[in-house]
Amino acid sequence: MPARDTEDVEVAHPARHLLRAKDLVDVRYREPLDVATLARAARLSPAHFSREFRRAFGEPPHRYLLHRRLERAASLLRTTDRSVADICLTVGLRSVGSFTTGFGRMYGMSPTAYRAAHPPAVNRARIPTCVLLAWARPQTARLEKTAA
Amino acid sequence: MLTKLTNAHVWVHDQDEALAFYTDKLGLELRDDVTVPEMGNFRWLTVGLQGQPDVSIVLMAVPGPPVFDAETKETLEALVAKGAAGGLFFATDDVRATFEELRSRGVEFVQEPMEQPYGLDAGFRDASGNHMRMMQ
Repeated sequence: MPARDTEDVEVAHPARHLLRAKDLVDVRYREPLDVATLARAARLSPAHFSREFRRAFGEPPHRYLLHRRLERAASLLRTTDRSVADICLTVGLRSVGSFTTGFGRMYGMSPTAYRAAHPPAVNRARIPTCVLLAWARPQTARLEKTAA
Repeated sequence: MLTKLTNAHVWVHDQDEALAFYTDKLGLELRDDVTVPEMGNFRWLTVGLQGQPDVSIVLMAVPGPPVFDAETKETLEALVAKGAAGGLFFATDDVRATFEELRSRGVEFVQEPMEQPYGLDAGFRDASGNHMRMMQ
């Protein structure tokens, strides 16, 4: 059997290239990705790529990317106290306005309402007791000032 | 009573490609490579972790007729390529170091090392598209 160059092994199935583009979204959604970049990862022309991606995974690539960003944003809304604008930029979206619109369409409420509907992040974060002991102490200086 | 898991199998598109991936890139050892002419050249190909001699991974080519009809074979191959055919979970002592090591060998990662409620983990794919994870 001839020796194979493992660095340059060609995969047999065309959908494997589409999966590579889908994985690229999941890893690099924070970056300004566009369909042309994803199409290159799948080694297809953009128009052909969008059609094939949709056939393989049930939705066009730009929507898969948007949904991944919204899903990540929802997670950050639930588990952090970061601002909506900050979260929007973190997940790779540049316009807070269209983020809020897209989020509303997906989750049926605004990012702020979604956050309010879930337990505060502090309930979920496993903050060590030593930190709680240090930070949750009543501030005597303020009490003294009020008393005075 | 069942006592032990001995083999787990993954569907692969190309057994040579899979063997190269699991041995050269992941560092597993080759266990069996037996081709049976009287069974239509069925190739029993297994690999395993060096520290775990009693569990093997069977790198199984998707068979055509008479095992599976052509349509089933095609569907199954597409599912594997789309990452929808299952996968394997591994353990490691050091996710970050193993991540660097495997990435330098060209393994495609789908998730960089990340703290999860159950520990540190990372995700990658085999050459055919099967999902792999490692956890520490």
